[in-house]
Amino acid sequence: MPTVDLSKSSLRELNQALHDIPPGSNETSWEVVNPKGSHAVAVGVDKPVAVDVRGSVGYYCGGMNDGGAITVHGSAGPGVGENMMSGSIVVKGDASQYAGATARGGLLVIEGNASSRCGISMKGVDIVVHGSIGHMSAFMAQSGNLVVLGDAGDALGDSIYEAKLYVRGKVKSLGADCVKKKMHPKHIERLQKLLDAAGVKGVKPEEFTRYGSARTLYNFNIDNADAY
Amino acid sequence: MCGIVGLFLKDKSLEPKLGAMLSEMLITMTDRGPDSAGIAIYGSGETKKSKITIQSADPETDFAGLGKALAEKIGGKPEVVLKSTHAVIEVPTDKVTEAREAILELRPAVRIMGVGEVIEIFKEVGLPADVVKRFDLTKMSGTHGIGHTRMATESAVTTMGAHPFSTGPDECLVHNGSLSNHNNMRRELKHDGMSFETENDTEVAAAFISNTMAHGANLGEALEKTLTDLDGFFTFVVGTKNGFGVVRDPIACKPAVMAETDQYVAFGSEYRALANLPGIENAKVWEPEPAKVYFWEH
Repeated sequence: MPTVDLSKSSLRELNQALHDIPPGSNETSWEVVNPKGSHAVAVGVDKPVAVDVRGSVGYYCGGMNDGGAITVHGSAGPGVGENMMSGSIVVKGDASQYAGATARGGLLVIEGNASSRCGISMKGVDIVVHGSIGHMSAFMAQSGNLVVLGDAGDALGDSIYEAKLYVRGKVKSLGADCVKKKMHPKHIERLQKLLDAAGVKGVKPEEFTRYGSARTLYNFNIDNADAY
Repeated sequence: MCGIVGLFLKDKSLEPKLGAMLSEMLITMTDRGPDSAGIAIYGSGETKKSKITIQSADPETDFAGLGKALAEKIGGKPEVVLKSTHAVIEVPTDKVTEAREAILELRPAVRIMGVGEVIEIFKEVGLPADVVKRFDLTKMSGTHGIGHTRMATESAVTTMGAHPFSTGPDECLVHNGSLSNHNNMRRELKHDGMSFETENDTEVAAAFISNTMAHGANLGEALEKTLTDLDGFFTFVVGTKNGFGVVRDPIACKPAVMAETDQYVAFGSEYRALANLPGIENAKVWEPEPAKVYFWEH
């Protein structure tokens, strides 16, 4: 298993090595040690390889990930998994602001808490947070699922489009146009699959409340014309 | 963007290493602020004695014979320690106001960085590593300290525009962000008797806290009041003679990470700044909540 020590190799060397893996290579399991909060660790991985990062990372870890299985054995700074396309990212600790921002696919699992703006403008990613999330999460979220086992902060789902939010704990407040919705069997089924994929045990989908768009902001309301 | 670091020691055995630890943290934050850097160290001090940290653009001329000239003005034996463009002058606490006026009269070009029984402030333009070297910061000991690396947005890249800002005895503040109501607030504080050295927004925040505390509030209460009275983006880290506080605005865009062990409380704009602290693997590491005041006192 190739091991890259970031106290000896540069970040560019690590990311280039991950990009240079030839198709069909047997080196499918990588380890990164001594990240010490480095930014942009394992950004742009585009092969189905596993990357285990032993320690905490800084900004944008696993950004644009397309098929990699990245595990952070520590906490992640702002923007973990930003614009992920496919694959998975698991953060064993906490995640800072805007985890999974704009991500289009794949699975992002935060085993601790996520901070503010989790899943902002998400476009198809599935995010599962074992703990709680901060304010303004799922702002303008377009599609995908955000599952939160703990609580959500202020203004959850402000100006949300078609992303689905499932929160097990309390929601401090809902943002504009975000409303509580009914759980149908298809939601229960989907949520169970997400909980299984994220390694969540002993929690039932029925314990969650679903939130989504009331769709009142989709079209311009002519009665508001005077406001402009 | 700017970088902030702070360290509040609980374990006395680390005190001789404060300067070295804080300097390393500061240099790690170079990417966030390569314009200028500064550090406030709360060291040891004798009771009834105060330190006045001054800065000059022409230290050779301004600092020559200053101790002697000052002694003639205010009596006693003021001790002057030179450190590059800065000098730390020790005088009896009951003579601080007199000494301050005398210094500015004797050397009108000199700027006062900070005053207090234990605080010393050093700040200059340039890379953090160069600033650390220039003032020999790694050798300093103390109980707590705050550092800042600056990427200027609201005012010029000058020594006086660098952080920390000190607007009261043994008080200092560093800031990541920008304030939008600083001009109005500066006017209000001037009416209340505060004076300002710069047009900088952060100096207003420092003066706001000093003024609130001068009206009887403790550090926690003064930080609480910044949330209602100051408008803009901010993560503040504040030092007092025996205290250390942190507050972030309710939107909390500006990054912050904290770590606490039995030995210390540490603050960094990023985890990178904390990564080499002793025992960090087992420390409690968390992101301070928006609009929540944190403070510790010795």
